[in-house]
Amino acid sequence: MQRYVLSFFILLAGYMPLSAQVTFPDNGVQDKRAYHYALTNATIQVDFQTRLDKATLIIKSGRIVAVGKNLPIPVDAQVIDMEGKWLYPSFIELYADYGLPEPESAPRGFGREQFLSDKDGPFAWNEALRPEIQARELFAPEAKKASEWRKFGFGAVLSHVRDGIVRGTGTLLSLHEGMAQEIVVKDIAAAHFSFNKGSSSQNYPSSLMGSIALLRQTYLDADWYAKGRNQQELNLSLEAFNRLKGLPAIIEAQNWMEVLRADRLGDEFGVQYIIRENGDAYQRLNEIKNTQAALIVPVNYPAAYEVGDPLDARLVSLAEMKHWELAPTNALRLAEAGIRFALTADGLKNKSDFLKNIRKAIALGLKPAEALKALTATPAQLLGAEAHLGSLQNGRLANFLVASGDIFESEAILFENWVQGHRYVLNPMPEAEVRGNYRLQIGTQTGELQIGGEYTQPDFKIILGSDTLKAEGQIERNLLTLRYIPKSSENKAAVRLSGWRQGQNWQGKAEQIDGTMLDWTATFTSNQTPPSPAPEKKPEIPTLGTVIFPFLAYGNAELPTPQTYLFKNATVWTNEVEGVLLETDVLVQNGKIIKVGKNLNAPGATVVDATGKHLTSGIIDEHSHIAISRGVNEGGQSITSEVRIGDVVNSEDINIYRQLAGGVTAAQLLHGSANAIGGQSALVKLRWGLSPEKMKIEGAEGFIKFALGENVTRKNSGNLFTERYPQTRMGVEQVFVDGFTRALAYQKARASGKPYRRDLELEALSEILEKKRFITCHSYIQSEINMLMKVAERFGFQVNTFTHILEGYKLADKMQKHGAGASSFADWWGYKYEVKDAIPYNPALMHENGVVTAINSDDAEMGRRLNQEAAKAVKYGGVSEEEAWKMVTLNPAKLLHLDQRMGSIKVGKDADLVLWTTNPLSIYAVVEKTLVDGIVYFDRQEDAKKREEIRQERNRLIQKMLAEKKGGGAFQMASFKPNRIYHCETEGDE
Amino acid sequence: MKFYPIFRLLLALCIPTWAFAQLPVPAPAQEKAIVLQGGTFHLGNGQVLQNGALRFEKGLITEIGAQVLTEGAEIINTEGQHIYPGFILMATTLGLNEIEALRQTRDYAETGELNPNVRALVAFNTDSELIPTIRNNGVLLAHIMPSSGLVSGLSSVMALDGWNWEDALHTPDLGLHLHWPALYEQTGWWAEPGGIEKNEERENTLAQIEDLFRQAKAYAKQTNPEPVNLKLEAMRELFSGKRILFLHANYAKEMIEAIALAQRHEVKKIVIIGGADALVIADFLKKNQIPLILDRLHRLPDWPEDPVWHPYELPALLHQAGVKVALAYDVESNAPMGTRNLPFLAGTAAAYGLDREVALQMITSHPAQILGIAEKQAHWKG
Repeated sequence: MQRYVLSFFILLAGYMPLSAQVTFPDNGVQDKRAYHYALTNATIQVDFQTRLDKATLIIKSGRIVAVGKNLPIPVDAQVIDMEGKWLYPSFIELYADYGLPEPESAPRGFGREQFLSDKDGPFAWNEALRPEIQARELFAPEAKKASEWRKFGFGAVLSHVRDGIVRGTGTLLSLHEGMAQEIVVKDIAAAHFSFNKGSSSQNYPSSLMGSIALLRQTYLDADWYAKGRNQQELNLSLEAFNRLKGLPAIIEAQNWMEVLRADRLGDEFGVQYIIRENGDAYQRLNEIKNTQAALIVPVNYPAAYEVGDPLDARLVSLAEMKHWELAPTNALRLAEAGIRFALTADGLKNKSDFLKNIRKAIALGLKPAEALKALTATPAQLLGAEAHLGSLQNGRLANFLVASGDIFESEAILFENWVQGHRYVLNPMPEAEVRGNYRLQIGTQTGELQIGGEYTQPDFKIILGSDTLKAEGQIERNLLTLRYIPKSSENKAAVRLSGWRQGQNWQGKAEQIDGTMLDWTATFTSNQTPPSPAPEKKPEIPTLGTVIFPFLAYGNAELPTPQTYLFKNATVWTNEVEGVLLETDVLVQNGKIIKVGKNLNAPGATVVDATGKHLTSGIIDEHSHIAISRGVNEGGQSITSEVRIGDVVNSEDINIYRQLAGGVTAAQLLHGSANAIGGQSALVKLRWGLSPEKMKIEGAEGFIKFALGENVTRKNSGNLFTERYPQTRMGVEQVFVDGFTRALAYQKARASGKPYRRDLELEALSEILEKKRFITCHSYIQSEINMLMKVAERFGFQVNTFTHILEGYKLADKMQKHGAGASSFADWWGYKYEVKDAIPYNPALMHENGVVTAINSDDAEMGRRLNQEAAKAVKYGGVSEEEAWKMVTLNPAKLLHLDQRMGSIKVGKDADLVLWTTNPLSIYAVVEKTLVDGIVYFDRQEDAKKREEIRQERNRLIQKMLAEKKGGGAFQMASFKPNRIYHCETEGDE
Repeated sequence: MKFYPIFRLLLALCIPTWAFAQLPVPAPAQEKAIVLQGGTFHLGNGQVLQNGALRFEKGLITEIGAQVLTEGAEIINTEGQHIYPGFILMATTLGLNEIEALRQTRDYAETGELNPNVRALVAFNTDSELIPTIRNNGVLLAHIMPSSGLVSGLSSVMALDGWNWEDALHTPDLGLHLHWPALYEQTGWWAEPGGIEKNEERENTLAQIEDLFRQAKAYAKQTNPEPVNLKLEAMRELFSGKRILFLHANYAKEMIEAIALAQRHEVKKIVIIGGADALVIADFLKKNQIPLILDRLHRLPDWPEDPVWHPYELPALLHQAGVKVALAYDVESNAPMGTRNLPFLAGTAAAYGLDREVALQMITSHPAQILGIAEKQAHWKG
């Protein structure tokens, strides 16, 4: 939903003065001028799609008053002949902090905990919420930085304080070095947001999902506040937040997944964010396009990596190499997909690369008009500032560039950048073309002077007799200085010439090596023969690699599709009353199991000979932390039921593929165990290559992580972190009782029909009370397990699953009576005090007591050999093979309420299947194929092919990088950034 | 050695639901000859004896074959069962590290960077509650090492049964552990990892190691050095070949560097511990006859583009390349509580291409050979 209709009205709020009456005094005699100019004979790019040749631009008092061909020149205007020059509207930067103070973090001692804001005044409880910050009140013009920006072609910047999750308003400033009062184009131009808490020293949020939850709750709180429902507090932050409404809302995303997350959040609150992406949007064009968001796009292409050493080259991942190659195509692909975007110099280490990198994109196929649009018209429109900026039409600010030619398709030089009608010289414009051949006479000696090189930076050669000598020199306006060393000079003494231009010729004085002075002249003879004008050949667009899904090793160029498969002659572990069927066929179609039986036939089906092999339903990992972005724990508070792993599912994790290779087809992605009530789970299928949203299991019920014991009481943090409540198991109980007591009150308030503040934390807890959300509780010690069951019973619900549950064998009867399931490790123990009493017989003992028992991993490594872990229930507990197998398939499906569609081989269920080389409980079992929804996502043969493809693709890219190094391109050290492997206890963001 | 606790392995197999509230009492010395009659005997040298028999007396195997002397022996019927040599757990902190999260129970890391004189055996806790759980999975000997700093100290081989460390001692102080400084370092901290960067501190550290070895060698040439230096004394036998130098390294270049240093200083017996990247330099290891103690196979590949099963496939590939490999479980992780899974490492290696009996060798005879205790262990030789 685009909301730019408003922009017309907002536009009227612009503060750009048209008359030059000001409130501030001058020191000295007033020097007020009209600054009336006529720039004639120029090639004028009026806007991104209109170009006029031999045209005139007339400006007065900082604004454009006329543009066109054959315009009458006002008598009082200064006329500047722009013959041969190109005029462009200067660029607009939407993502700057020009003129603003750098955010400063308050020093925070290690281990210090801060629960509330330290800011003085009645502002938000959280320091990351700063809607009251207004850039218009804080900026100061900075001559040096303004000059930098102008050098790269910018005339105006949208500046905001880059600190916090809600960052207040940005202000649109021109880059004229005037008074602060004079350069404001639009004082309140945009609202700014991010998912980074910035300088805040508070505990909360400590994760991406926490940032998202905080922003969601703030929208709700602001609404509640706006409706005047809150009579208990004055909150200037919420008041300010409400004033952000209607402004263009700009949010920062670290990668394309965050673009999607931001857009989803915006949709929830009726806001269409403009999203500052990070140069990788090309990796998911379809999903990005569907957001309908306009993007702010950087040109921060990575430098090539140091890959000279074949062993160290392994430090550079395929994803990094491919991104290096494809990043310059980002803008091009966005334009082709019809996505609206503005370009930004933000993210560049060196802003001088800005135009260079845009030219790189153009060389790869980006249309120059699209580039100019993204630098001028689009940013102006996004801010509703098109009356002031973005084109050279009548009435706009006189912000324009003077260039030596087409700035996009050639290495044209930027001579001048005019801002608000003020002329800023970037590179001195030569007065005239001086390059050519001259007959040289110094005293009586004759020869030749050749002036060549660049228009703005000529170079010189002197030919005397048979000697061709390089001369050093420079031309400033009409004065020339030259110096050369004649061949006869023994001690490198130089002849020095000084001269001036006379018509087309030069003349002046020369000092010989012996110190005597002579007259010299250089008479123009001919233009320089241009350096063999190679027929304007467009450089070939190089062959590029393809975008793969996900964008890392083992990704696919095309997403695999469901097919009809007929598995013939397999040993089929049904997990149903039929048990294990020998020499049985299974037919899969449209993602479902269609038939199970003997001698099946299906015309058109791909037949898989499964003779001697075992076919099972896919492994479901009830406790996984793979595929999660930027933090698995929101440990900032003891209750964080408002955070959702579903907001931060990461489809670009190699561990998804690795789990598939271990026969895992679905998983519960759990919040960690750093606090008593953690976040909401995401139930996903391992659909390798699909976007995060599409990995989520449709219609799955809601789950949430609870935790007990050492982690939530911070016992494993040494003697630090002793402030957060609770510090004992006694306190843990009270956290639960308090949470559910408040949730009951919340339910009551909600049911009363009276207005109530929507509270995401209590909403999730209410769902538990209403049996719409189910608990998976991290647990070890019998006392606390018993306690939680009692709390649940007091509030009238059951604990769905105890996970880890290493002392479950001590109270399996109680669990059975309560109705709780168990999801345990097979034999992991002994790593901390509370797991000292763990025994590998635990799953078997719980199972024998009628507890639905699963075996899980909590670990990306163990997750891919859960078949071995299941087998331990046979070894240690004497559980039957079939029942042991159910512990990693059907039982976790039951615990996750997915057993209606997963967990067994039954007609009508999802075709989430694994073909094993042998009995899956054997240590010798290896996965042949893994299917999710009837789609083969892992295939042993295909995997071997992929290994080879990866080798070839890496080699191609390495050779290309080495070639670029030869060519003198920029380089960076190899810098493998390992994927974060999360466990329950991992705290912190990325 | 007083005993070889094969007997208890069999007991463990017979009574799988063993669970005592207290630690089991160490076994008495063998009094009567015992014959295992029938079953499949995996000899640990690659061979399998079907339907065989085995006789042992006073803790030593006296006979193995299709038929053995049964006179005067207690006969145990092992028909239908598989009999293996006891497994050897390599490069572990078992007995020095009970519960990693509790400082009071961590005893494997002495302060300081250079601790060649520190001896693991004196701290070995025979009453560790971990030991029975590991022994019951067939692990009967363990190679116990200190682990920290650059030179962490001396390792010993211990039997996993005994009243005290002296009782459990199999071979004392057989090797010195040197942890090679990493070429690359992970920047950032654990919750916010940065990229990987070259370790800039390294040159100084390497010079320090070089210096230590040069001095140790000069010291070793003196029979009665004055003053006595305990650290250099501990390194003396590296140059005679009576003590093994265990080099802890994972990255290919680090292994090459470490081996080159040891060779330069004429260290006689060199073993690599870790070796995640060993396949890249398999030829080099083979040519220099450097055996390898490969850290836990049950791990994720190092790089995203690595074959998904790369760690599982390593033993087969290294074996094929002619490298002598033993399997370890907890070198990097200092997590001895999981070492009861050692046999499953061999199983996994067999699932991914290694001959099953060779896989067995990697947790029996190869470790014994690498530790130089094969003769003493005399396992399965009639």
